[in-house]
Amino acid sequence: MTLPSPSRRGFLVGAAAVGGALVVGTYMSLGRPGRAVAATPASGPVKPNAFIRIAPDDTVTVLVKHLEMGQGVSTGLATIVAEELDASWAQMRAAPAPADAELYANLAWGPVQGTGGSTSIANSWTQLRLASAAARAMLVAAAAEAWGVPASEIAIAAGVIRHPASGRTGGFGAFAARAAALPVPADMRPKDPAAWVHIGQPRPRLDSSAKTDGTAVYSLDVRRPGMLTAVVAHPPRFGARVRSVDETAARAVPGVVDVVRIPTGVAVLGRDTWSAMRGRDALVVTWDDARAETRSSAALAAEYRALGGRPGAVAASRGDAGAALAKAARVIEAEYDFPYLAHAAIEPLNGTIARNPDGSVEAWGAFQIPTMDQGTIASILDLTPDRVTLHTLPAGGSFGRRASTTSDWIAEAAWILKASGGGAPIHLVWTREDDMRAGHFRPMAHHRVRAGLDAAGRICGWEHRIVAKSLLMGTPFEAMLAGGVDPSTTEGVADTPYAIPDLRVEAHNAREGVPVLWWRSVGHTHTAHVMETMIDELARAAGQDPVAFRLGLLGNAPRSAAALRLAAERAGWGEPLPAGRGRGVAVHASFGSVAAMVAEVTADGPRLRVDRIVAAVDCGVAVNPDVIRAQVEGSVGFALSAVLRNRVTLADGVVQETNFDAYEPTRFREMPRVEVHIVPSGVDPTGIGEPAVPPLAPAIANAAAAATGTRMRSLPLEASARRGA
Amino acid sequence: MIEITVNGVAHRLDVDPDMPLLWAIRDHVGLTGTKFGCGIAQCGACTVHLDGVPTRACVTRVGDVGGQAVTTIEGTGGPVAEAVRAAWRGIDVVQCGYCQSGQIMSAIGLLSQNKAPSDDEIAAAMDGNLCRCGTYQRIRTAIRDAARTLA
Repeated sequence: MTLPSPSRRGFLVGAAAVGGALVVGTYMSLGRPGRAVAATPASGPVKPNAFIRIAPDDTVTVLVKHLEMGQGVSTGLATIVAEELDASWAQMRAAPAPADAELYANLAWGPVQGTGGSTSIANSWTQLRLASAAARAMLVAAAAEAWGVPASEIAIAAGVIRHPASGRTGGFGAFAARAAALPVPADMRPKDPAAWVHIGQPRPRLDSSAKTDGTAVYSLDVRRPGMLTAVVAHPPRFGARVRSVDETAARAVPGVVDVVRIPTGVAVLGRDTWSAMRGRDALVVTWDDARAETRSSAALAAEYRALGGRPGAVAASRGDAGAALAKAARVIEAEYDFPYLAHAAIEPLNGTIARNPDGSVEAWGAFQIPTMDQGTIASILDLTPDRVTLHTLPAGGSFGRRASTTSDWIAEAAWILKASGGGAPIHLVWTREDDMRAGHFRPMAHHRVRAGLDAAGRICGWEHRIVAKSLLMGTPFEAMLAGGVDPSTTEGVADTPYAIPDLRVEAHNAREGVPVLWWRSVGHTHTAHVMETMIDELARAAGQDPVAFRLGLLGNAPRSAAALRLAAERAGWGEPLPAGRGRGVAVHASFGSVAAMVAEVTADGPRLRVDRIVAAVDCGVAVNPDVIRAQVEGSVGFALSAVLRNRVTLADGVVQETNFDAYEPTRFREMPRVEVHIVPSGVDPTGIGEPAVPPLAPAIANAAAAATGTRMRSLPLEASARRGA
Repeated sequence: MIEITVNGVAHRLDVDPDMPLLWAIRDHVGLTGTKFGCGIAQCGACTVHLDGVPTRACVTRVGDVGGQAVTTIEGTGGPVAEAVRAAWRGIDVVQCGYCQSGQIMSAIGLLSQNKAPSDDEIAAAMDGNLCRCGTYQRIRTAIRDAARTLA
């Protein structure tokens, strides 16, 4: 089946009948493509360039170009389509789109299909509204043709096409095939927001049913005929290599079929997972640490602190921070340390890969950057990317990990397929320990801040230096570095919305052999904490209310100010609390959105109990307010353990925390009451998957300081409390 | 040969008795609704019922199951299970959903024994099930909703 090529001039192009279904695709001109990332878009035959499929049974399936990892993107994108199609919610379905960088690029990124940076709804908003409006117009035209009436007399509501004058009605399915044969209209305009019936309403998630009866299939559940399960012995230190391996005992384990060497270690292939695990236990591997990272995290932190004492690359500079600080009435100097953090999604990394008789390859996984994953597999197996078909499955969590800049997990599966040489599909399973030891952590970071107040209690100079390993250096995204500064290190500081006239921000890129990666909200995980705790210290030093102090600095950031006011008002800011309890506030802008939080905590010796979080978020138009609330609640549950206790440490280069006993995510009992308020907005939607993470730590730390009178600057707070810093 | 009964169906499995029940269910019985998360009974994603009692399948030897009835998420049914599932769907508890089989098995286990659990009893029953997406607030609400349905 060949479909029309997408026109690069028109906005809406390509409609074709596929098995009686209407298929509408759009192609948004990207202008001059940005630099190629990892792999060029697939060449070869044009693939179905579709977002919407309407089946004869009236169901409307939205092809979701982003990875569903729990954030609700399938439901959100289907809401946009349902709105413009005038569909009923009951007829909506969602399915993962294939890997195709031409059709399914993330328009916020360039010619790459991928999910991240809280961009899914934002970059799809106009694209899907216009595609859906065109599909609706084509259904109307088809019905008009069939009924012999003017299109202008036809209406659609709740999935029913009507001609009121004649009383005729029909469903979408009856007209899909005819509509597909019509030209795609140009110059579509999306609906007036006043007419919205789905957007802004809490439509139920499309995946709740399958995720509550065991029928949802994740990539760890993929079963292919004749497949072998692979478990890999990885080196204990980053950068180590296999020196020698004795596979005799491993091969003697019942169920073990093969043992193969790959660049990342030694893979044991078994008839089932347990056999492969037992086989790995029986391997005797000696490792060559000549090029391995052998430092401890404590030693790295000391190096960071030393680097922080020296001038770095300038990320932002306005006014004259040094001169302002020299004349300040009071200067607060502070240092902050942040540990490595693991994403620790409950589904460990895994993937399945198989070679077809014609030499092409299929892979099954939770592909977060399919363009890179496809290109990586192709390059390992000496294929062109069009010979690699990806089957994307929902992720059992990601939090950034599955957007690996090296596609490390599926690359390993491809290496095993290549090394095994046989025809058996390979099902790669990482244990929890494999997942935790594989690095790609949120980088360690060190901040050093000098901030001044003048005699009137106004900010008078702010010098800020950050040390962290760059996420981008050495990756396909390296061109995003500006003047040696990785914006993902300084975001949230260099672009602070606070009116600080004399500001200087510098950065150092730490060098170490530990792979690092974006972790839900990226640099904001540490920058928001430093900004919002230092602002709090300054407010208190100036004898001002922390909310009023912030509002005084947010004159040019009305969205931040509004979210802050709403959170403070709903939290009862200023009302008295019993002794031992404290209230703290933070507001932070990230990914185009704003989140403010007020935390209430109880200090219980060195432990903190977080009792309540009141959040206010502005993410533009609230496409699905319940999914937004869920993302904010979930951000609290996800990040709380990192605020309190989580850290990954290295002893002589070896990861110490390898399972949930030593790296314990937030548990049920610890979950505070979370109240979420959404700032009404008519602005195009922005992100919500990440923006509620950054304010949590500083709101809690500020509340803890209010409760105890002691300021803990570094994270996690429990470690900070123990060492009195 | 190991004989076990899963969801009312007897299976004869050619596996090592040391194999964790989790992998016997997933790789040999062929039911994948029971999930692997940690392998050391820290996350509860593998929770199944043995004679109705929530049990971590990742640390249960398949050779020790004997005549106990194994129930997985796929085999749940009856008023408690339906009330729990309806409550979960009613307020959209799930996000990524990966841990939710285990969460639901723990919740069914709780409500089968205790139709009107206190918040402390809910916390005690659910504290061993990790949810990295942080859906705990909705899990608590859903269990309360299901308890009301069953009252």
